[in-house]
Amino acid sequence: MVEQKPPALRVMSSDVHDDNPYSRLMALKRMGVVKNYEAIRGHSVLIVGVGGIGSVVAEMLTRCGIGKLLLFDYDRVELANMNRMFYLPTHQGLAKVEAAKKSLQEINPDVQIETHNMNICTLDNYEQFCERIRNGNLEGNGRVSIVLSCVDNYAARMTINSACNELDQIWFESGVSETAMSGHIQWLIPGETACFACAPPLVVSEAGDENQIKREGVCAASLPTTMGIIAGFLSQTVLKYLLDFGEVSQFLGYNAFTDYFPRYPLGPNPECTDRKCQERQKQYAHVPEEEKRMNASRVKREKEEKALQVQQQKDQAHTENEWGITLDGGEDEQVQEKKPEAFVEVKKEQTLEELMKSMKQLQAK
Amino acid sequence: MEQNISTSLESLPFIKTNAGPKDGEQWIERLKEEYMLLIQYIQMNKEEDHDWFNVESNADGTKWNGKCWYIHNFVRYEFDLQFEIPATYPATPIEMELPELDGKTHKMYRGGKICLDIHFAPLWAKYQPKLGIAHALATALGPWLAAEIPVLADQGIIKPNM
Repeated sequence: MVEQKPPALRVMSSDVHDDNPYSRLMALKRMGVVKNYEAIRGHSVLIVGVGGIGSVVAEMLTRCGIGKLLLFDYDRVELANMNRMFYLPTHQGLAKVEAAKKSLQEINPDVQIETHNMNICTLDNYEQFCERIRNGNLEGNGRVSIVLSCVDNYAARMTINSACNELDQIWFESGVSETAMSGHIQWLIPGETACFACAPPLVVSEAGDENQIKREGVCAASLPTTMGIIAGFLSQTVLKYLLDFGEVSQFLGYNAFTDYFPRYPLGPNPECTDRKCQERQKQYAHVPEEEKRMNASRVKREKEEKALQVQQQKDQAHTENEWGITLDGGEDEQVQEKKPEAFVEVKKEQTLEELMKSMKQLQAK
Repeated sequence: MEQNISTSLESLPFIKTNAGPKDGEQWIERLKEEYMLLIQYIQMNKEEDHDWFNVESNADGTKWNGKCWYIHNFVRYEFDLQFEIPATYPATPIEMELPELDGKTHKMYRGGKICLDIHFAPLWAKYQPKLGIAHALATALGPWLAAEIPVLADQGIIKPNM
């Protein structure tokens, strides 16, 4: 078992040799897809949830030579996980993050793997989670490049959402429905695109299919195929985002029955219940479109293209961006009561201690 | 069950203060409202002769424990109840735990957290931050017990007052 890291990273060479693990990746440069593939070594990716999606994403990024992975999960490997990719029956009983670390280090010892066997939703762990977002880069003195949500439940997604809104951290969300027949990935940029609380995007995108936010374990179906497809989409999108090629979709869905892949922008909801999201929206309301983070790489590339190929300028000009579209309330109104809402009243002079005491007395009756 | 949920929601007022345990003074305000509402709910239950739980919290209101019970065929089944307020509450809903039932039903996650994602998480998402602990008990744990306990009791998986 390779537990130790070699003293120095192997050189990322583009030489075509059988024993060069990076030759096929570096060929992306030669073919003009990626300008600077080596930049991948400078990036750190924080993955919450290393189950059916997260473990495969971790493996893909490891094989691509990512600089560092930070893995969060509190589950153990079970035989019931064997219908999905990555874990082996010999991993049974191990913490998922530990089992993942072992395999990933064998696959590519150049990658730094940091593991956290914890549930990020609890008060104490949430602080640590936020701390690792802020300081989880390769040198340990700056924020991670990106956060990926590969969890299987609503509570954890909302926790990641809150943390990323609070820290103004860009992240990607992913998921597969409980029937294993559909899935999605989503790009979340606080203040610029819809956050997870803006309209529970899953419910919106799947035309009210709430099952998407259901957690695995109870009676959810899963398939290595659907999980693998979504993991592939997510990893590809992360590569595009980190290495600056192609277009990053704000929302990309997958329906296995019809092979339907919806793709569209998702604007933030001005009435989002997350206060931090609203703050971020105000913060970014006056940022010109071309300076928004979601457009950063496209704008940069357009400039370079212009400089290089002046005569093709007109052909290559992208259509005006329409990212500003916001979700319409429609039938998804947050609350549709007609009568005024009644709120609980607490008298000014009542203290918490008194309330605790009177509840105790009441219950003792 | 839908009927029960809407009835319970209508009979309880909402919570005003949008704050969680990381919000200092604001959280204390919210906690006072949570307690006030719980008191109202317990009173209401007692008046209707349908008292079905006891809870208390630690000083900062982040950890709760108590008992809940369900009557099935005139027999009382009682369980320890516990839950924590998540760091990002009320955006993140509460997860109710019945540790004694861990492993006894598949409508539960490891550790004894009851499975609520299908019917409760969307409800919570729709109304948050206006729902609180009393709402969670009324619309999540209550219906869960009503659905699960009769089945578990009839299958002999649980015994009265275990």
